[in-house]
Amino acid sequence: MSNNGFKVKIGLASCSIAAGAAKVHDLLKDLLADDGIHLQRTGCMGLCYCEPQVEVVAPDGRSYLYGNVSTDNVGQIVEEHIKKGEPVEELLVVPPDGASEAGEYIGRQERFLLHNCGNIDPENIESYLDAGGYKGLAKAVAMKPEEVIAEVKSSGLRGRGGAGFPTHQKWTFARDAKGEQKYIICNADEGDPGAFMDRSILESDPHSVLEGMMIAGYAIGASVGYIYIRAEYPLAIRRLKIAIAQAKEHYYLGTNILNSGFDFDIKIREGAGAFVCGEETALIASIEGKRGMPRFRPPFPAVSGLFASPTSINNVETFANVPQILAQGAAAYNVHGTEFSKGTKVFALAGKVNRGGLIEVPMGMSINDIVFAVGGGISTGKAFKAVQTGGPSGGCIPAELADTAVDYESLKEIGAIMGSGGLLIMDEETCMVDVAKFFLTFTREESCGKCTFCRVGTEQMLRILERITEGEGTEEDIDTLEDLGSKIKAGSLCGLGQTVPNPVLTTIKYFRDEYEAHVRDKVCPAKNCKALIEYEIVAEDCKGCGLCRKQCPVDAISGGKKEPHVIDQATCLRCGLCVNSCKFDCITVSSKPGKTAPVDGQGMGAVS
Amino acid sequence: MMKTMAVEELQVLKEKNPLLAIDAIVQRHNADPGSAIPILQDIQNTFGYVAPEVLQRVSELSGILESELYSIVTFYSQFRMEPIGENLIQVCHGTACHLAGAERVSEAIMHETGAKDGGTSPDGKFTLEKVACLGCCSLAPVITVNEETYGRVAPNEVGKVLKEINGQTEDKKAGCKGGCHHE
Ligand SMILES: Cc1cc2nc3c(=O)[nH]c(=O)nc-3n(C[C@H](O)[C@H](O)[C@H](O)COP(=O)(O)O)c2cc1C
Ligand code: SF4
Ligand code: SF4
Ligand code: SF4
Ligand code: FES
Ligand code: FES
Repeated sequence: MSNNGFKVKIGLASCSIAAGAAKVHDLLKDLLADDGIHLQRTGCMGLCYCEPQVEVVAPDGRSYLYGNVSTDNVGQIVEEHIKKGEPVEELLVVPPDGASEAGEYIGRQERFLLHNCGNIDPENIESYLDAGGYKGLAKAVAMKPEEVIAEVKSSGLRGRGGAGFPTHQKWTFARDAKGEQKYIICNADEGDPGAFMDRSILESDPHSVLEGMMIAGYAIGASVGYIYIRAEYPLAIRRLKIAIAQAKEHYYLGTNILNSGFDFDIKIREGAGAFVCGEETALIASIEGKRGMPRFRPPFPAVSGLFASPTSINNVETFANVPQILAQGAAAYNVHGTEFSKGTKVFALAGKVNRGGLIEVPMGMSINDIVFAVGGGISTGKAFKAVQTGGPSGGCIPAELADTAVDYESLKEIGAIMGSGGLLIMDEETCMVDVAKFFLTFTREESCGKCTFCRVGTEQMLRILERITEGEGTEEDIDTLEDLGSKIKAGSLCGLGQTVPNPVLTTIKYFRDEYEAHVRDKVCPAKNCKALIEYEIVAEDCKGCGLCRKQCPVDAISGGKKEPHVIDQATCLRCGLCVNSCKFDCITVSSKPGKTAPVDGQGMGAVS
Repeated sequence: MMKTMAVEELQVLKEKNPLLAIDAIVQRHNADPGSAIPILQDIQNTFGYVAPEVLQRVSELSGILESELYSIVTFYSQFRMEPIGENLIQVCHGTACHLAGAERVSEAIMHETGAKDGGTSPDGKFTLEKVACLGCCSLAPVITVNEETYGRVAPNEVGKVLKEINGQTEDKKAGCKGGCHHE
């Protein structure tokens, strides 16, 4: 049988695979084989909220994007659309004219850097080459290294790892530094919980990162590059290995690249699970085979970095921008963005938002536009409360300030940071004290312990936050948190300690009333903190089905068949498992003044 | 120089003679500067954990001080010094998963398996680990079981998932002719 002119693609990144895309792929491949249609694998299409996705391109070139595809409905797409030419309307998320919710999600973005993601096959270099890959490198090696740096300078590119340091400056320092051997390092540690931009780029378009590293290597005079990638990303590591091997076969990596006399090799180093290794001097220590402890700077890595040689270290997304800047010219890049924050930024939009996923927007778009126009608003139907940017080093921005433009300067002005691109959307059911406690718990475990303020101060702040969420806090505690916060910032050696207090300080700044409710009234307004809440069964609504009783890990629920059940407050751990199990929605949660409950020391409800 | 070995070859070698597998791993990396971490990672991949006893051998072969190896193993959270159960469950406690109720998922798993955080269940079937962000935040809460990822995990269904998985590993063992340790 012959190919009827349809082209079919399926997104296969780890996010899609977690949603079941691998099984859909296998079935679809079998179904299409009969018609001689090749199924093309791509990386992440970016619409996490309706994974798995299948794109069908009709013989007339019109594209149809299907979402939430499963092994149950993929046969229907093949039968009706591909065999009979009748699109399956109910499964379509983006019709050819783009008029749909998902169409709007994509339409509001500017996909400059992600243009290959979801289009090309990340495991096939030909696919990258067809899309214009390695043209940036070809252009670069025909230029003088200084000209390459000048091009990056006029693009206005700033580092995407968090701090926004101008990339051309870093490269100039490393180029000017004395040393026989120089190194490029790609920081793919992506330690911020809630961030997945770098993973998606590496899984979907790995060659763009390699190409960016090669251009950087050429610019500073390095012949070796390392990619330091977290071990939690096995698919990204696998695709990088494939990409490196294919780049070598095609002579983009190796000696005398493109007959220019430029030699370059890329090696992969897997991280071993330490957040602080995202900090550049700790990362370098880790590649050298030591504990990942930050060290004092200067000397900066550009002067004395890996194995004491000049080293330029950049983030994945920073590198991924470079090939296009070279291929299309700086002017094509800096049309996007604002005066001081050029280009686009990739964000991982997650949390309580309708359309979460991997997005790319021009710098300067407002938070409101990201949450509502791109993200489609709050998923729970509750009020939008805050957005958290920058992970554990970042801040919480309240909904009132959501008209703030997302660029380096504007975010800094309100006490938050751009960070690497995690955007966590929170609704009114999110307790801001709990969020602060969450980040502190994370960073306390990740502090390397070198500086007293970072090590001990973080521990103390965490204890206070625990006290507050347990209803034992006082008014002074809030002031102490602020005081400790500013001291830790001042007394810490590396970026971890210097930013650890940010989530606490910004939540106090913008949500002080919530802290006060915890300490004064012993109330958690978001009904989240275990010691301050109560689960109750509404007797009138309870059908006595017993499902909740079976779910309760501590037998706190009792009641006869078809009789209203009751929760014994003294036994209840406030784990909330019963709420999920009730099909009739009759278990309520409340937080009333003066009702602090001792939480039993079992499981994770433990009070330390 | 000895030919570098693929992961599968190392597995086979390990079954025959664990010491030789360690030799092969060290050999594989020794030419690289800063090879301590990749060596230890390979050992963990092959054996499932880094037994304190192997550090001496690695030190002899690589010339890296034993104390240095020890300090690496204790610094990085990836390394385990004890064997794990038949199934490794990782529960994401990253921000998105925290907001989506990761605590409840962990609690349900502890309740279901009897494993404590970071520990193995009394029957040796499940080891539970909390991890930070698995990169699938839009599917929060997320867990992985033996490297397979599950998204939008409902705490009251976790038990079912685990029973299924445990059933599968039992089947696999029954069908296995010996020699292989992985799937
Ligand atoms: C504690 C800590 C963790 C960090 N984690 C990362 C990370 O995961 N990825 C990253 O690219 N940069 C991270 N950074 C920033 C890097 O140190 C460095 O500034 C960045 O990689 C430079 O790249 P850029 O100039 O392209 O932004 C971290 C910094 C600190 C202090
Ligand atoms: S600030 Fe914290 S993480 Fe950074 S070097 Fe000091 S103790 Fe280590
Ligand atoms: S909240 Fe947890 S402990 Fe309390 S009654 Fe419900 S299931 Fe039982
Ligand atoms: S699950 Fe709901 S309806 Fe059933 S007994 Fe419990 S509270 Fe009542
Ligand atoms: S679809 Fe890939 S990040 Fe979500
Ligand atoms: S926070 Fe759990 S996958 Fe990212």
